[in-house]
Amino acid sequence: MPAPFSWIRPEPHGIHVVPADCWIDPSRPVDKALVTHGHADHARGGHGETVATPATLAIMELRYRTGAEDEAGEVPHRAVPVEYGETIRLPGGVDATYVPAGHVLGSAQILLEHAGERVVVTGDYKRRPDPTCPPFEVQPCDIFITEATFGLPVFCHPPIEDEMAKLLDRLAAYPERCVLVGAYALGKAQRVIAELRRAGHDAPIYLHGAMEKMCRLYEEHGVELGELRLVSDHTKDQMRGAIVVCPPSALNDRWSRRLPDPVTAMASGWMRVRQRARQRNVELPLVISDHADWSELTRTIDEVDAQETWITHGREDALLRWCQLHQRRARALAMVGREDEDD
Amino acid sequence: MKHFAALIDALVYTRSRNEKLRLIAEYLRATPDPDRGWALAALSDGLDFPAVKSSTIRNLMKERVEPVLWTLSRDFVGDTAETASLLWPAPDHPPSPPSVGEAVGLLSGMTRKSVQAELPELLDRLDASGRYALLKLATGGMRIGVSGRLAKTAFAQAFDVPVEEVEEYWHGLDAPYPELFAWAAEGEPPPDIDNLPAFRPFMLAHPLEETVVDLADYAAEWKWDGIRVQLVRAGEETRVYSRSGDDISATFPELLDVLPFPAVLDGELLVRGAHQGGEEGGAASFNALQQRLGRKTVSRKMLADYPAFVRLYDVLLLEGEDLRELPWTARRARLEALIERLPESHFDLSRVVEARDFAHLAEIREGARDDAIEGLMLKRRDSAYVAGRRTGLWYKWKRDPLLVDCVLMYAQRGSGKRSSFYSDYTFGCWDGDPDSGADLLPVGKAYSGFTDEELKKLDRHVRSNTVDRFGPVRETDKSLVFEVAFDSVHASKRHKSGLAMRFPRIHRIRWDKPPHEADRIEALRALIRD
Repeated sequence: MPAPFSWIRPEPHGIHVVPADCWIDPSRPVDKALVTHGHADHARGGHGETVATPATLAIMELRYRTGAEDEAGEVPHRAVPVEYGETIRLPGGVDATYVPAGHVLGSAQILLEHAGERVVVTGDYKRRPDPTCPPFEVQPCDIFITEATFGLPVFCHPPIEDEMAKLLDRLAAYPERCVLVGAYALGKAQRVIAELRRAGHDAPIYLHGAMEKMCRLYEEHGVELGELRLVSDHTKDQMRGAIVVCPPSALNDRWSRRLPDPVTAMASGWMRVRQRARQRNVELPLVISDHADWSELTRTIDEVDAQETWITHGREDALLRWCQLHQRRARALAMVGREDEDD
Repeated sequence: MKHFAALIDALVYTRSRNEKLRLIAEYLRATPDPDRGWALAALSDGLDFPAVKSSTIRNLMKERVEPVLWTLSRDFVGDTAETASLLWPAPDHPPSPPSVGEAVGLLSGMTRKSVQAELPELLDRLDASGRYALLKLATGGMRIGVSGRLAKTAFAQAFDVPVEEVEEYWHGLDAPYPELFAWAAEGEPPPDIDNLPAFRPFMLAHPLEETVVDLADYAAEWKWDGIRVQLVRAGEETRVYSRSGDDISATFPELLDVLPFPAVLDGELLVRGAHQGGEEGGAASFNALQQRLGRKTVSRKMLADYPAFVRLYDVLLLEGEDLRELPWTARRARLEALIERLPESHFDLSRVVEARDFAHLAEIREGARDDAIEGLMLKRRDSAYVAGRRTGLWYKWKRDPLLVDCVLMYAQRGSGKRSSFYSDYTFGCWDGDPDSGADLLPVGKAYSGFTDEELKKLDRHVRSNTVDRFGPVRETDKSLVFEVAFDSVHASKRHKSGLAMRFPRIHRIRWDKPPHEADRIEALRALIRD
């Protein structure tokens, strides 16, 4: 009888599911990958086979060209779609079930079952409602492998309605200017747009060119974003009094000079800390995150009630301390290539 | 407190000066007394609560948040007040924020003993933004980029009154300034400050540029290179004010008991030194004076090594008489008479420069390459002492700047309107012969002296000639020469080049000049005069 949980091994380059010889969110090319969601620190090209939700596979095809043909005119990559709630049998007697993680379109937790033991790998997740993806579902398990991007008690994401109100108030106060919102191109941007629509803002929203295709992909997956226009097709005057969305890297870039005196806003969980916002020259910080904040992380650990909690990336020191104080067994995994995205 | 907290938040995230002015003015108009007065005092660093210190907050937090989690959070956020405002446990009752006035009253009533119980009660009444504003107000040092001058300008803008008058009344009054608001907002008579050691706004000069004046109408004086000060004595108290109206009395204690009669005097604060500046002598270079600036307490050694004195330019008030309406000639006569009653150890007179005509004056100015002299002042003989910068009355005729050819080394993005442009430049001179492999040493930094068109070209140059990046800084390939203008250069131990330039700015961009023809550092060193 092998030691408990010896079939699942955290390695620096990903989580290795030994009997099936496949990897979860590997940071280098492998034969067979199980991918939680489309962000670059979890998904990448070059794998032989990728098992993911249909939306995540579509995002990977768009971002990492996983559907590209080789010289012989064949597509070497094999995409294996799994719906939410669907279980697939992997070699070696491992069952994998994809469960909504509430992070971005297509994002999933992966529940692995083997020899009567249950392990959940969350990828990234949040517990707040998001009009662009189904909500996180709590899965009881023996080992809970969680992220900790915002794993400090200072992080408390306010209700998104408050942040939308801040944005729309500012927009109304400066009819001659535009509000430029820096938002991560996959997930955050579409969520902000969808929330603006939910708040009743139905004017056209202008997009940086780098966001167009991802927005179209979201629309094809049933997320309604209303009328979107490209900045490059319009004049300064047309964009007065409008909301413009761009990747965070474009906020202070030359690109922004074509806009009518923009009010610089940024949608990110880091905006909770004033100095972080000031460093980025942000005038209007919007505390909007697609990750769990401190109370969501600790609540989830409690609800899942696993024997052990493993922490993949983020501010693991504080979350480990919390687990220790609450008599929960926990360990930090040193994962390579997971970084603080502009979230 | 809610509106004050919103103001503080808005100011934190605003870089534009005009926008800051607008935000403060709007708050001052919309807020009742005494809250707006306390807020004004807080913004201009005029409040102090001895019982509430950063360590007080730290101790309170360690009782409420597990110490390891507190330390990890504090390290990440980088500011104790902000970390505490974010981590303060949410009370189970809805917020009932105090007014700013009530908060100030409660804070000033706290003692080192009672603060442990009373500050938490106050924090429990606020939300996160309110807690941040309260803790910043309580511990001083808002650091939100609002100077005293900006706050006064915003006040003037809010009630459409002249900023000079605001400055004049402000300094004699104590927070929350009810008389100031009554005057500006309600149209009451101005506050009576005759018996207070209050600041009076300075009369300032325009650059002369191409103007030629007749010396029959204008008198000339040297423009000394110290700091312009106002010495005020009233009600048995003497104060020293800087040009911006800040009270710098504590920095120059030797001047506080040497003025024996009530007066308001305008002069240049200088330091005596071995370097004999000007024909009167006795003034050291600005570099020596710099040792004395910005200190809250002054050691005996400092006082002995860098003794300060005032070289008088003008007299505004004298023993109850307001002389400001008199012509300069009459004020000058009063000044020449009163200097006899002042101790030579701490005062002398800025002498009038005699010249036959303007051409002769120009010749005299050319001859004065002395570090204690910035140039000449021209004062209209019949001019009253008028606050601010009024055309045609006073001119400053600075000596021509020194010029040196430097090579652009690093560039950094600006802020506000310039945040998408590389607009701050570090430049260097050759440390030897560039053709025999000498390196460039940075000698200064400048972010002015070019047009918007030139800025666009410079930005493009930086972007297409970047060889390395360090955070927000780009290192360029050192292919562009700047002709840099500066007022003087001094020895400095803080800089690798061993020298520091005063007021460097880009004079011309030498797109045409090959970098190896830029100046060597010896050329700059030869201009050091201290």
